Amino acid sequence: MKALTWQGVNKLSVEKVPDPQILNARDIVVKVTKTVTCGSDLHLVGGYIPFMKKGDVLGHEFVGEVVEIGSEVRKHQVGDRVVVCSFIACGKCWYCKQELFSLCDNGNTNPAITEELWGYSPGGCFGYSHAMGGNAGSHAEYIRVPYGDVGAFTIPDDVSDLRALFASDSAATGWMGADLGNVKPGDVVAVWGAGAVGQMAARAAILLGAERVIVIDRYEYRLDQVRRHIGAETLNYEQVDVGSELRERTGGRGPDVCIEAVGMEAHSSGPDHLYDQAKQQLRLQTDRPAAVREAIYHCRKGGSVFVLGVFAAVVDKFPLGAMMNKGLTVRGAQMHGQRYIPMLLERMQKGELVTEHLATHVMPLKNGPKGYQMFKDKTDDCVRVVFEPTG
Amino acid sequence: MQGTRAATTLVAVGVTGWAARRVLTRRAAHNSPAAEQSRWRFVTVNVSPTEVRADGLLPEPLRNLGPETEIVIRPAPGDKGTEIGVKLTAGEPTGAKAAAARFAGKDPRQEVRKALRDAKQLLEAGEILSPDRPGTTKKTLTGKPLELAIAHAKGEGKQ
Repeated sequence: MKALTWQGVNKLSVEKVPDPQILNARDIVVKVTKTVTCGSDLHLVGGYIPFMKKGDVLGHEFVGEVVEIGSEVRKHQVGDRVVVCSFIACGKCWYCKQELFSLCDNGNTNPAITEELWGYSPGGCFGYSHAMGGNAGSHAEYIRVPYGDVGAFTIPDDVSDLRALFASDSAATGWMGADLGNVKPGDVVAVWGAGAVGQMAARAAILLGAERVIVIDRYEYRLDQVRRHIGAETLNYEQVDVGSELRERTGGRGPDVCIEAVGMEAHSSGPDHLYDQAKQQLRLQTDRPAAVREAIYHCRKGGSVFVLGVFAAVVDKFPLGAMMNKGLTVRGAQMHGQRYIPMLLERMQKGELVTEHLATHVMPLKNGPKGYQMFKDKTDDCVRVVFEPTG
Repeated sequence: MQGTRAATTLVAVGVTGWAARRVLTRRAAHNSPAAEQSRWRFVTVNVSPTEVRADGLLPEPLRNLGPETEIVIRPAPGDKGTEIGVKLTAGEPTGAKAAAARFAGKDPRQEVRKALRDAKQLLEAGEILSPDRPGTTKKTLTGKPLELAIAHAKGEGKQ
């Protein structure tokens, strides 16, 4: 089959690779119909997460059709149209039973790497390096899905592939940020990042009853999407002072909940960006946490900060003093998608959650390298690029 | 270029942190009267103690560990299931020979960690999850350290 593969730092190519097969009784094999780029892929493409091997297949957010099932699969049949959660979870361990699916004890076949890095190993993820299990990604014609009954969800007939696609990761991640960030009716919520995850976090906050939701970015075309499709307010941090604006819009209190949806390659307009770049060049930090710093600094006293962006290791100038003295609750997680996807599909069915506008570009998988370049450079007002392996 | 530097940074930070922790851990261990004793390695499984010994037998990976191990099974607090611990009765391997065995994937501690992880997967998920194969990757010189880490990924770690 053909697949979009990582060939080295900033080098991608479409190659012929072996077809996946059923290896465990709970596996299913899915024929991928749509698979989409994610901002976190850029950390892999750019070499920021150095656990990739030449030939690894990228992609973790996808929909498709079940074409093969293992002997212990009960929920799915060949022919089911499914959206698959990007994180692999067994559904049986203590973490899965607490609905903390991305922390599954049995989803990562390479646990030692992340145990050394982080103390304990989270679950596995499709197409997200050998630190996360080395599972082949979804930018391919077919993909093996371990624990298929737990991670794959049948798409209602009246929900399109393009809408359901974003339930796989972006919408589930965004919802988790608002849910575990403890958004309540009447809250003011600030979201850093107007990409797909940030937009979905903002929409989740609105649906959970937030009084005002404010999304912060520097790309006007993305902020325009937020205003038109999400129904949230916006701030362009290159045009206004974010802190002053947030104080003004919250009666001087600051946002109740701050959601960071940017990750380890954050930009900012202040001197801290130059500082972070210099530290990175001097090999003294791995991640650039500008948006996390801002979220903690601008959050109201006693408020909640949720980190949705992907970070790899260590950061500098973490505002521990602000966090402690303001009594903040700071939380983060990879996405517990299995917990949210059925509900998200229902909301998509009702039209409460729309995602099609995020797919600014749809192209055949053979154009994958071009699609990632466009996605990385944010040219042609690109938000997300959807690949069709059968196209 | 920037990505390569960041990657190098990540590896450098990881290695430095690992080395520092090892030094501190060993210093602490040398001050301890139990320095030469084996440590217990544990997993907690989300099943009851009776399910761990279904039909009176331990899961196969634990049965296969051999006579030079001691196994303990006890309830975990807070409804977290059952703790399964394994200790090497002959003590922890040390020295250059042990380092070589570890590099070759023949260290008995690696065998214990792998058995614990496999037993946990069998008890909880009902199967031992296989990594994807056939793989899609190609061997490269720069990829050698990662290949080694992957080869020993189930036998290494913090347990």
